Amino acid sequence: MILDWLLPVLLLSVLALALIGAIRRISLWRAGQPSPVDFFGGLKAMPRRYLVDLHHVVERDKYMSNTHVATAGGFVLSLVLIILVHLFGIESKWLAWPLLASSVLMFVGATFVYKRRKNPPSRLSKGPWMRLPKSLLVFSVTFFLVTLPAAGVLPQGFGGWVLALILAAGVVWGLGEMVFGMTWGGPMKHAFAGALHLAFHRRPERFGGGRSTGLKPVDLDAPVLGVQKPSDFKWNQLLGFDACVQCGKCEAMCPAFAAGQPLNPKKLIQDMVIGLAGGTDAKFAGSPYPGIELGNAKGGPDSTITEGLVNPDTLWSCTTCRACVEECPMMIEHVDAIVDMRRFLTLEKGNTPGKGAETLDNLIATDNPNGYEPGSRMNWAADQNLRVMSEVKEADVLFWVSDGAFDMRSQRILRSFVKLLKAANVDFAVLGDEERDSGDVARRLGDDATFQSLAKRNIAVMNKYRFKRIVTTDPHAFHVLKNEYKDFGGDYEVLHHTTFINELVKDGRIKLGGHKGGTVTYHDPCYLGRYNGEYDSPRELLSAMGIQLAEMERSGFRSRCCGGGGGAPITDIPGERRIADMRIEDARATGAELVAVGCQQCTAMLEGVVEPRPEIKDIAELAADALVEADDSQPARTRRDELAVEVA
Amino acid sequence: MANAEHLKIVALVSVGQHPKSGRARRAEQDARAVELGLNLCGEKVQVLHAGDVAEESLRSYAGMGLKQLRVLQQAAGADASVALGDYLSEHLPDIVLTGVRAESGESSGMTPYLLAEKLGWPLVTRIADIARIENGEAEILQALPRGQRRAIRVRLPFVASVDNAAAAPRQSAYGPGRRAELENLPWVETADEVRAAFEEAPARKRPKRLKMVKAKTAAERFKAATAKSQGGGGRVIKDQPPHEQAQAIFDLLLEEGVLR
Repeated sequence: MILDWLLPVLLLSVLALALIGAIRRISLWRAGQPSPVDFFGGLKAMPRRYLVDLHHVVERDKYMSNTHVATAGGFVLSLVLIILVHLFGIESKWLAWPLLASSVLMFVGATFVYKRRKNPPSRLSKGPWMRLPKSLLVFSVTFFLVTLPAAGVLPQGFGGWVLALILAAGVVWGLGEMVFGMTWGGPMKHAFAGALHLAFHRRPERFGGGRSTGLKPVDLDAPVLGVQKPSDFKWNQLLGFDACVQCGKCEAMCPAFAAGQPLNPKKLIQDMVIGLAGGTDAKFAGSPYPGIELGNAKGGPDSTITEGLVNPDTLWSCTTCRACVEECPMMIEHVDAIVDMRRFLTLEKGNTPGKGAETLDNLIATDNPNGYEPGSRMNWAADQNLRVMSEVKEADVLFWVSDGAFDMRSQRILRSFVKLLKAANVDFAVLGDEERDSGDVARRLGDDATFQSLAKRNIAVMNKYRFKRIVTTDPHAFHVLKNEYKDFGGDYEVLHHTTFINELVKDGRIKLGGHKGGTVTYHDPCYLGRYNGEYDSPRELLSAMGIQLAEMERSGFRSRCCGGGGGAPITDIPGERRIADMRIEDARATGAELVAVGCQQCTAMLEGVVEPRPEIKDIAELAADALVEADDSQPARTRRDELAVEVA
Repeated sequence: MANAEHLKIVALVSVGQHPKSGRARRAEQDARAVELGLNLCGEKVQVLHAGDVAEESLRSYAGMGLKQLRVLQQAAGADASVALGDYLSEHLPDIVLTGVRAESGESSGMTPYLLAEKLGWPLVTRIADIARIENGEAEILQALPRGQRRAIRVRLPFVASVDNAAAAPRQSAYGPGRRAELENLPWVETADEVRAAFEEAPARKRPKRLKMVKAKTAAERFKAATAKSQGGGGRVIKDQPPHEQAQAIFDLLLEEGVLR
């Protein structure tokens, strides 16, 4: 019987080749920059990360999660048993029968993969990925048949040399795809790179229900700032790119892709793979960047990414909304990579498109993106009689006003929030002219130098005063203060105003009446929701006003960006549609007459959509309108009246 | 762009001041001078400052892609135009580019004039671009009000002040700005005695005359905003004989009290 001696030989040589491939692949990743990881801890945590954390993401698509459990589970089990049975030749029905069972399991899974691939959605990559279900079927069927004699079902040598040859071919195909291809760049590469990626993830805090969304700081003394070449990425970032399964969930969620801007997160990650391994994108079998033809991108580990591999416009199209990261079943960090490359363009090339350069210059010279006089930051509150930290030194709550202070629309939100704070008798104060831009825009435009300078100065100011918590109406400032100031010594408890107002309502410190008006829907700001996991407070608050939300199809963690994040309105990369228009279409589909928002940037973007469209209001405005003013607030009001007695 | 790789071009830069925050920054016109220099001869442009090498805002000029920036070491009270003049008459470049006036300090706009006088070179004020340099002669576009341009020919070497109408300066990149070499040259200092006698005080805000808006419709407002202002006096003397033209100028000067 040929297979008796051929099978172990094939197995052994394929495993050896796979090992060589693995070493080669690992050396490609190691071209990246050092990044400390907990080596053994990561490996130990890997199965849990795979079976729990990753499965949670995959499970959002029940069909695919069940399919994957059957296929992958069946395959891993089969491979282990195949090695025991067919390589080491352990003759035991206790091994052969489970092997039969696992190959059946894999076969069942593979048929579902096959079914999905019959008419694949556009987000899926074709090419070699179309071959994969066939390979899975061949592998499972072949090893099922090969194992039958070992299980004693069929006599040895059944079927003669014809069947033996066919089976040998099946073994070669199956092992070639599933084992050799795993480390030599086939579709199965995702299993090898993915497992290691989970073990050595750059943000291990994301596993076990945690969250890690703050950008990592740039070492400003480095010889090159940001990522110029693929080898400038951290090694585990490169590993992460290699883990991509090209499922295109990111592509399906990306607002820039939907708007026809030249960005497709999946293609970007694949371009990074081209970068780390060298080659061109001619064989890429998914959707291209809108408006950019395939086949022209070329790259290598040591060539500049933005010269030939990725068009800078692709990088600047991103709104940093994190929809791709949230959706990625492999937990790849697209936004980190994009900002890393933007950093090179801004800090080394001085090539921030659109109004980017002007905005950054303004931030440097005036601490606000529009170049307003820094001393006019409190003008919006001239009639508000706010307490300023430089005078009171201490307060329960520091109200972070943000650059909304300079914008007349945002000022309405700020005033509403102040009205609520006063109604609840909150002991609060503002920084006044000592406040500066949080640095959000500068950082996302890649200018980490300006971000760090703003952050350090803001922290120095805040550390002069005593307060328990910071509350802000701007989710971008919220995120930056909460998650990104830690690296510079600013560790604060920060709340978004919707969380804080909700707390006030729950504690009975303010009473809200019913909202009058038609259907309401709520738009989750990316930096509040996906970045910080706050989906509930805004909804609780709205329901406290008696509002029954008509949720948009894309809400919660799947909320579609308004188009205003990541400096996208500043760089303004042209597309076919505007992201804000698409978001208003989402709202219209619910029949809503009002879109409740928790972000001044979202307010500006959505209000920029041509009427007729639903009205846009911040939750602070809705709450202030619904505020039932208690009687004991009366004395305060009369006192204020007395301040304005007529003198002549 | 003009073919000027072989020329020695010097762009003079000062420390600017942001109009709103008062912070030191890259001066807008000086940055345009550097931009013009970079466009003419690339990295070879020599950028020169007279003052303190530790001044951070100089880095934002360097961030435009300069490998090196030369600083003539001068104390705060020194007359920069003397130091610059001495340096330039020693090194004799082909073109000296400056801003029209500094954003800080005296801001008199005299530096290009004083330098041109000292070097004995022609001065072209408020240029928008240098279109061509051929056979030792430069073809320059001078910026006039309302976006008009005047083509001027001038022999090298010359001094030119760069107007706001020139190409906007490129973005300053942090990394190269950090890494550029700021070369400090100790230089003779001449105290600016006239300046020392000045008294400085913040400008008093003058009350603005309230504008009566006569326009009732958007179209009228648009017209008012875009129409050429009608110059009241003046007349065009074009085809008269030269002595009549001279007479007309002489009369005007008498009338205005310039000549007595």
